[in-house]
Amino acid sequence: MTKETKQPTDGPLDEKKNEEKKDSGLQMNRRVFLGTAGAIGGTLLLGRPGKSYAAEDFEGYPNSFGLLTDLTACVGCRSCEKACNEYNGLPAPVKPFDDASVFEQKRMPTEKAYTVVNRYENPNDKSKPIFRKIQCNHCKEPACLTSCPIHAYSKTPEGAVKYDPDLCFGCRYCMTACPFYIPAYDYWSAFEPRIQKCTMCLPRVKEGKLTACAEACPVGAITFGKREELIKVAREKIDNNPGKYVNHIYGETEVGGTNWIYISGVPFEQLDFPTNLPKKPLIEETKGFLSAVPIVLTAWPALFGTIYAALRHREDFDKEKKEKEEEKKEGVKK
Amino acid sequence: MSTNMTVKAAAGTENFRSWFMNKLLMGMTWPDYFKSLLTPFNIVAAIILCVGLPLIVLRFALGLYMVTHASNIYPWGLFLGWGLFGGVPLSATGFVMATAYYIFGFKRYQPILRLAVLTGFLGYLFAVIYLLCDLGRPWRIYYPMIIGFGTQSVLFLVAWHVATYLSVQFVEFSPAILEWLKSKRVRRWAVMLTVGMTIAGIILSTLHQSALGAMLLLVPGKLHPLWYSPYIWVFFLSSSIYAALAMVIVVSTVSIRFLKNRTDETFRESLPKLTLGLGQGAAVGMFVYLVFKIIGVAHDNNWNLLNTPYGHWFLLEVIGFVLVPALLFTYGVKKQSIGVVRFAAFYAAAGIIFNRINTGIIAMNWNLPNHLEEIVPGWKETMVVFAIITIHILLFRWILNRMPVLHADPDYESH
Repeated sequence: MTKETKQPTDGPLDEKKNEEKKDSGLQMNRRVFLGTAGAIGGTLLLGRPGKSYAAEDFEGYPNSFGLLTDLTACVGCRSCEKACNEYNGLPAPVKPFDDASVFEQKRMPTEKAYTVVNRYENPNDKSKPIFRKIQCNHCKEPACLTSCPIHAYSKTPEGAVKYDPDLCFGCRYCMTACPFYIPAYDYWSAFEPRIQKCTMCLPRVKEGKLTACAEACPVGAITFGKREELIKVAREKIDNNPGKYVNHIYGETEVGGTNWIYISGVPFEQLDFPTNLPKKPLIEETKGFLSAVPIVLTAWPALFGTIYAALRHREDFDKEKKEKEEEKKEGVKK
Repeated sequence: MSTNMTVKAAAGTENFRSWFMNKLLMGMTWPDYFKSLLTPFNIVAAIILCVGLPLIVLRFALGLYMVTHASNIYPWGLFLGWGLFGGVPLSATGFVMATAYYIFGFKRYQPILRLAVLTGFLGYLFAVIYLLCDLGRPWRIYYPMIIGFGTQSVLFLVAWHVATYLSVQFVEFSPAILEWLKSKRVRRWAVMLTVGMTIAGIILSTLHQSALGAMLLLVPGKLHPLWYSPYIWVFFLSSSIYAALAMVIVVSTVSIRFLKNRTDETFRESLPKLTLGLGQGAAVGMFVYLVFKIIGVAHDNNWNLLNTPYGHWFLLEVIGFVLVPALLFTYGVKKQSIGVVRFAAFYAAAGIIFNRINTGIIAMNWNLPNHLEEIVPGWKETMVVFAIITIHILLFRWILNRMPVLHADPDYESH
């Protein structure tokens, strides 16, 4: 069997690959490996158009998990904050979790609290405030990962955006890059500062459990499940309850989609969700620039070397011309 | 035999003593040298360092929170806004002048070439020092080179290029150091590398000057649309070129004003003409940049944003700090007025810093509540920056006082 004959099975191969992933996680078995090698070899040899192995669009892991927060259901009990705090072993908060005075300020997640709930006035019914839970949205194609020069971030097949402090030198570009202002930094540590943020309870999810916050929510405002199914659930909720929700699933398309999605009864900008974000992943913004880099690396030495050579050539040329003229003059004199 | 060794040792000590006094004390004895240091400038510098250096020690001993008021929402402050984003374009001097001289053949600019290379080298060195102050774990600064390759990150590119370019600039400047140390053979090798190093410098500089802008391509939701643009890397690269020309005028002006005794005849006589030439180049560069900025506004159709508070600020930057100094350059060159050109150069350099601070700090997170209060830096952060600026100036002066930069070394024909 040559590489070329294997190549046409490319279409079904993709499906097969997905099946394999379902069964054995990330482990690639020998058949898939050979198939992939064959496909790459075939592409290299035949230069088949239409499929690039260099910079494919990454549309998120199929079957990855996600969460759906229904902002119309949340009652602001902060059970999720408490569960998150306990599961992640975070320091006890200054004010206890049943103290409602924290709602007087708008809070953001910190290195001591991976999720926080904020209260907003309900424009439709002043007696029923709206509560918004904030945490890492676990983007399908995260900007923090894109920004990191050392690959300290990874997107796991389960859907979580994972950070590895052993690879971090603390440039905090991820914090600048995150469109949701999520990564929090431990500025108080001199020797082991690190980013801290929601982990999507990855160890729990790997054990087949829900995230701590979803399990703790007493009103079912947080649904855990496969992202693709959650999108359907959210869509059904919007369709089956006319007037209850605004017709938008936040996180379905924002910055290429997030694994944590939201539905709300009031427009998202009223709840301080960033609504000026592009629909494509943020890495798309830098791809064009980065793809020019190897061209510059290759072309500049040739270009500027040529300019240098042209100049030297001109110098030599002028010099020779001058010498010839002088020879002529001397010849005439003689 | 032991007396012989003692004599040798004594001779060695004497040699070292005379070397030390010649090279480091500029031929003075210790008491004379100390007396020469008692100037008003040095006293002010000493006071700044007395406050700033302990703060730097605190930052490394106890953590970033001791000096910066960086937060989770505002992770970057003055260290990067001023030191990296402001400092790097003003350090394009080395690459711009070396390219002009070695590649394009602007041979007249030879007397100020070394000054330009030194400005670039020190500028990068200090940009890295600001970065080291800002990194959470600065001892891991080599991680992008060895431990993890985040090739999808623009910062990965910046890290590699700043590191390699710093080395390239060191090699470019090394002939001056080797002449000072009278090391003829090593100097010959260093000089042989020059053209190669210059071309490496062009590659690395064009890529990372633009990459500093490209880093901000990731923040379309945070940076004000008048500053955010798909062309932002073009803005950063093209402004760094005129920044370099303006900065060479600035540094040469300061040198001839305060270190005239270190300049030679050639430097003094050629400087007025070269200043006009640099001014002309800077004017062209600024008009090119200005057109790019207009294209940027037109490309995203942001005209309607110009008549908003941030739009007025943008117009102040583009008209007040680009168009006006560009016109001043033009006027000064036309009237052959060195004074006007020099004034325009200081103005244009200030405009670069204004632009980088606007892009990195003022227009960043513009839509957050209390934004303008949040970005005011704390006094400790400011003092650390002042301390680093002071060390930068002192080191610059230390080198100009000793090495053949503003003058040619009599033992070597030309550099």
